[in-house]
Amino acid sequence: MATYNLKINGKSHQVDVAADTPLLWVLRDHLGLVGTKYACGTAQCGACTVHVNGTAARSCMMPISGIASSEITTIEGLSENGDHPVQQAWDEVDVAQCGYCQAGQIMTAAAFLKRNPDPTDEEIASAMHGNICRCGAYHRIREAVKLASTKI
Amino acid sequence: MSTNIDNSRREFLRMTSLTAGGFLLGFNWLGNELKAAPVAINAALAGDVGFNSYISISADGIVTLFSPNPELGQNIMTSFPMIVAEELDADWSKVKVVQAALDTTKFERQLTGGSGAVPHSWMRLRKAGATARAMLVEAAAKRWNVPAGECIAENGFVIHAASGKKLGYGELAAEAATVPVPADVKLKDRKDFKLIGTAVRNVENQKIHTGKPLFGLDFYREGMMHAMIQRPTAFGLKLKSVDSAAAKAMPGIIDVVTFGNNVAVVGKSTWEVMKARKVLKVEYEKDGALESSADHDKLFHDLLDNGKATVQRKNGDVEAAFKNAAKIIKSEYQCPFLAHSPMEPMNFFAHVRADGVELVGPSQTPASARTAVSKLLNIAEDKITLQLTRLGGGFGRRLKFDYVTEAAELSSIIKAPVKVTWSKEDDMTGGSYRPAVRYRFEAALDSNGNMTGYRLRGVGINSGNPTRQDNFPSGAVDNLLIESVEHVSPITTGAWRAPITNFLAFAEQSFLDEVAQAAGKDPVEFRLNLLQKARTSPAGEIKYDIGRMEGVIKMAADKAGWGTKKGVYQGFSVYFSHRSYVAQVCEVAMEKGKPAVKKIYAVADCGEVVNLSGARQQVMGGVVDGYGHAMFGKLTFKDGETEQKNYNTYRLIRMKEIPEVEPYFVDNGIEPTGLGEPALPPTGGAVANAIFKATGRRIKNQPFNDDELFGGKRVKSTLKKERPG
Repeated sequence: MATYNLKINGKSHQVDVAADTPLLWVLRDHLGLVGTKYACGTAQCGACTVHVNGTAARSCMMPISGIASSEITTIEGLSENGDHPVQQAWDEVDVAQCGYCQAGQIMTAAAFLKRNPDPTDEEIASAMHGNICRCGAYHRIREAVKLASTKI
Repeated sequence: MSTNIDNSRREFLRMTSLTAGGFLLGFNWLGNELKAAPVAINAALAGDVGFNSYISISADGIVTLFSPNPELGQNIMTSFPMIVAEELDADWSKVKVVQAALDTTKFERQLTGGSGAVPHSWMRLRKAGATARAMLVEAAAKRWNVPAGECIAENGFVIHAASGKKLGYGELAAEAATVPVPADVKLKDRKDFKLIGTAVRNVENQKIHTGKPLFGLDFYREGMMHAMIQRPTAFGLKLKSVDSAAAKAMPGIIDVVTFGNNVAVVGKSTWEVMKARKVLKVEYEKDGALESSADHDKLFHDLLDNGKATVQRKNGDVEAAFKNAAKIIKSEYQCPFLAHSPMEPMNFFAHVRADGVELVGPSQTPASARTAVSKLLNIAEDKITLQLTRLGGGFGRRLKFDYVTEAAELSSIIKAPVKVTWSKEDDMTGGSYRPAVRYRFEAALDSNGNMTGYRLRGVGINSGNPTRQDNFPSGAVDNLLIESVEHVSPITTGAWRAPITNFLAFAEQSFLDEVAQAAGKDPVEFRLNLLQKARTSPAGEIKYDIGRMEGVIKMAADKAGWGTKKGVYQGFSVYFSHRSYVAQVCEVAMEKGKPAVKKIYAVADCGEVVNLSGARQQVMGGVVDGYGHAMFGKLTFKDGETEQKNYNTYRLIRMKEIPEVEPYFVDNGIEPTGLGEPALPPTGGAVANAIFKATGRRIKNQPFNDDELFGGKRVKSTLKKERPG
């Protein structure tokens, strides 16, 4: 066990966990930030996507010891009032079915649109290809990313 | 370690506080759905669970609607309240929706399955809303001393037009609760619907988009332990021995306990439990057949030829029809097992105390789960509470409650509150599956190309009856025989979204195309001719609606411009399942010598559409689900163990692979007939029929991606290898 000082959603947190504990489980079990989801646990599906220094990353296989002083943003911290353009677009398009993967989808989309604010459909599909939606809401995810790009 | 935050509880209190204090009007509809009775309000909200009302209105006019059925993405938490709010004439912006806990004394059919929630509850929800509206109107009329007939309800107000008086529901709720419950109420004419049939956004969007604790896995209780269970690694194995010394010595581990074939590692956090589980030394021994998919392939052929079949339906003289046929068409189709693989892994919270049991989590069948826990622990059902969370997908997996009973059993052993979490691998290797099935179809044509005989024999692994003997084309063929053979296996199977029809429809609609081709007829015309034959001279009982099926066929052909397009190849399919009718046209283009699935038109007749947004989601998602699994879905066994364990080898469809989907709905005013499943079954057939038109190659086995058209088995997954350990 070791003590780690983390910067998450603009706040400092101290946790005492084993070095190999994935960021996902620090968020969920130790900090109560359960918006970041556990699904495959093997970085295949994207449900656990967070931002590490502004870049989308899979938290389920990311040991806490490697995070050091990185700035972590989770779905809870993407916006103050849940009104990030991507969150707004997700609501307007009414994307979610079961909703379990959507936090990861939104985090992937938000990081992508920061890099590419005016994407084509093909670029959106490539960027979102790593995030599985078992309900098959892909059409609306694509539409919402497109809509969000007009709001950024 | 920082203090844990009890998010679930905080959220729960925030939701209920919307109504606490000002809660003034409630209804339940125990037994007689017509009878709505006011209930004691504050008593209903005093406890953590056990809501016993359906509608409540607070003094500030907030209408709280309790949604009883499990929400797994079918959008029931939005569509149910829409139906109530429509008849209540509530202001939708003031409606709050709360997931009700399991309460079999207040709610009927509190489950999610069979596309049945809206069809079952349509009238009772409307009556619940209309009854409350009538009581609010009556209360206003009394206060104004005018006839109730002169008052109208509108958007959360009762209005007396003649005097210009107007009162909000919140102001009337206390008096309305004392008005006698009307025995009969007038329901709206559908032309007056304001909410029903419109597109209304998911009521939980904001919570989903901001990561609020909604799902079972998000539930946390102070003092709760975390557990994972090591189960047998193959079907047909049982536990022989456990050496848990090393696991118990790992940091954060509280105990390792064994019950049945389960070895449960209990600890302070999920990751510590995951790590300790890896150092368990567990031995298994044979307890039954260790079956492999290669064995099943051989078995299927043997059973089709020699298996003892159960006759499911017989009309006319099939032998004679085939003997006298001008042409016989024979074809076989096979599908593999599929995992349900919802995104949220199986999990449940259980706290078995001396005075009762608390269960919290995602279940499609909470009532059955509670009954099973009651029997297992010998604790009366009324001592067991079950709070439903949102389900991160279900697809039939959470109709089973193995993950509920094991959590309860573990809690009773360790005498502590515990949340049991499964990994994706746990569920893919030890869950339950869509059964593997093979079908043999035979059709007899006379010299005019009429289908005079039809034979179907289905064989499946733990499939039950893998046919739907009364579905089309039964009734449209004079001489028909439908038979089934089942192989009983240690491999656990269960209902998978659109059970049986999720594959049968592909096989049957592909075969009908083969027959149409042999008869020299257009596939759409061929199906319509069969339906006409069923109408004019039915062969035996007909259990589908000929007119509704014709309706979706004609509308799909029209919307897709059937037979009029150049540059694309079209395939047709139509299927009746779970009371609803869906026809699809798939368009395939040839790109670099390979068929590319471009677009699928889907026309659904599900009766009245409640929420257009949710309905479109069910059709588009159903098509993507049907297409994705037909294209890529495959779970195989080697010596009782699944060969696919996670998404790196069990391939699910991803964004770049989706075709365009255009959903349409038949507007016929029939009462709702369900939409959670019916859009899925026709997709595989429409796609395969279009691929046949484009390439001349008929794909008969799923997944299509294994076919040589798509590179066959030589194509490897582009995804990373499985994580070792």
